[in-house]
Amino acid sequence: MKSIDDIQREIIKEFAVYDEWLDKYEYLIDLGRDLPLIKESDKTDANLIEGCQSRVWLTCTRDEEGCLHFAADSDAIITKGLISLLIRVFDGRSSEEILNAGLFFIDSIGLKENLSPTRAGGLAAMIKRIRAFAEEFREG
Amino acid sequence: MYSTSQIRDNFDFASRTVAGKPLVYFDNAATSQRPRCVLDLQDGLCRRHNANIHRAVHTLSYEATDFYEKGRVAAQKFINAASPDEIVLTSGATAAVNLVAQCLARGGFIGRGDGILITEAEHHSNLVPWQMVCGQVGAHLEVVPVRAGKGTANDGAVDMDAYQAALRRGVKMVAITHVSNILGVVNPVREMIREAHALDIPVLLDGAQGIVHRRVDVQEMDCDFYAFSGHKIYAPTGIGVLYGKRQWLEKLPPFMGGGDMVEKVTFEKTTYADIPLKFEAGTSNFVGGACLAPALEFAASLASDGQVRLHEQALMEAMDRALESVDGLFLAAGEAADRIPLYSFTIEGVHPLDAATLMDKMGVALRSGHMCAEPIVDRIAGGSMLRASLMPYNTVEEVEVFAGALQKVVKMLRK
Repeated sequence: MKSIDDIQREIIKEFAVYDEWLDKYEYLIDLGRDLPLIKESDKTDANLIEGCQSRVWLTCTRDEEGCLHFAADSDAIITKGLISLLIRVFDGRSSEEILNAGLFFIDSIGLKENLSPTRAGGLAAMIKRIRAFAEEFREG
Repeated sequence: MYSTSQIRDNFDFASRTVAGKPLVYFDNAATSQRPRCVLDLQDGLCRRHNANIHRAVHTLSYEATDFYEKGRVAAQKFINAASPDEIVLTSGATAAVNLVAQCLARGGFIGRGDGILITEAEHHSNLVPWQMVCGQVGAHLEVVPVRAGKGTANDGAVDMDAYQAALRRGVKMVAITHVSNILGVVNPVREMIREAHALDIPVLLDGAQGIVHRRVDVQEMDCDFYAFSGHKIYAPTGIGVLYGKRQWLEKLPPFMGGGDMVEKVTFEKTTYADIPLKFEAGTSNFVGGACLAPALEFAASLASDGQVRLHEQALMEAMDRALESVDGLFLAAGEAADRIPLYSFTIEGVHPLDAATLMDKMGVALRSGHMCAEPIVDRIAGGSMLRASLMPYNTVEEVEVFAGALQKVVKMLRK
């Protein structure tokens, strides 16, 4: 199985194809459309990560092998694209792997602005939530 | 012969690029760009005249004080206040509204059971300070609705019947926006002030947007208070103006204590300085205050130029065409009779955050979200909108770039 870092490098390569900003975002939008959606009934306040301008819901389950699985949705499509990348990196990993991972792909593909905690998309808050899930399930 | 390039020559941002494209800056309602005359004074003051004001007898202090007080006089002239004593320099419109709210509460002018009237379309800075006063003294807000929304009357007008009715429900203070930062509609403030005054109710106008696009004469309007920020009208951030009628400023107690606002201090008792310094505790932002002079003179020179007014008209006509060309676009207060070049809108099937993100990558700076006026944006747009706001330094060509970019974005996001 590929490591978290392998997948990050893979994503960087995919984005390197695009020179134009808009093409990068076009690709993100496409990824957003393919995001595995969560059930309507899971769009609860408890699962909501409130960004300033877009809403993101994230759920996490742990399988018998101790791997975590994520599902998410957002009302903003670019945010969905970013989430789908995060899920691709973290889905099916153990708590230890998630907590030990260094995230470098977002910066490398030129989307660093989305990581700022004040950024409206709530990506920083989402990463925090993913790590909180990993902490929670490590104990369990 | 007039041309916008003459105005733009005063601004360095005009030659900037973003994402490899010439910048189209349409977020002026959040903050305006500063012309070179303001930046030069700002820089010069910091380099050559930096000293604390109103205190020392040395030359630098005298010079700095002089510059600062010139800023106050420029503000007085710009809004035609009767005296510079009626101009309190604050850190911005927000601080100005908070000052009035807290001083009224401390002075017992608003108490238990009293009403404070605001409109539904207030910016948070003319809502939260009053809500805080309500919590402190047991008063309540009287919120007057505006006609805006999808599938309903959408001219952005204040419901005047509701206004008159609310005034008679124990209202002790009226605090309304001159021009809403969401709707862009110019409120009939003269009429509203007249009606409030007929019942002896004082009126504060939040002029953060109004001051930029309308000539303000506080004596003719007869408002009791007028608040605005410097940074939305070519001045630096961190400086703002509170106009207050002399009789109000004299009878209000200060709410912030410190240096510069006192006359005589002993451990037993302190007497306060006269207005306006009574309300300017601590070291003021004297650089910002001084910069009001070139900023407001710049604004006045544009406002008095008939060509500039025609240019603004052309910008607004171009914006109307641009927005009409997008199907499924809802413009807040789209039927407004009298508006400033400020447009808040939503587009069916397009999240404002997505659109603003993509527009930025095409060099167009727009605002998205609730724009610090959550209640009205929640009601008319479910919590998030896009906003384009223009200044005289913007051009019709920029509006065309905006229109083309918006079309492209809608196509990308809807497919």
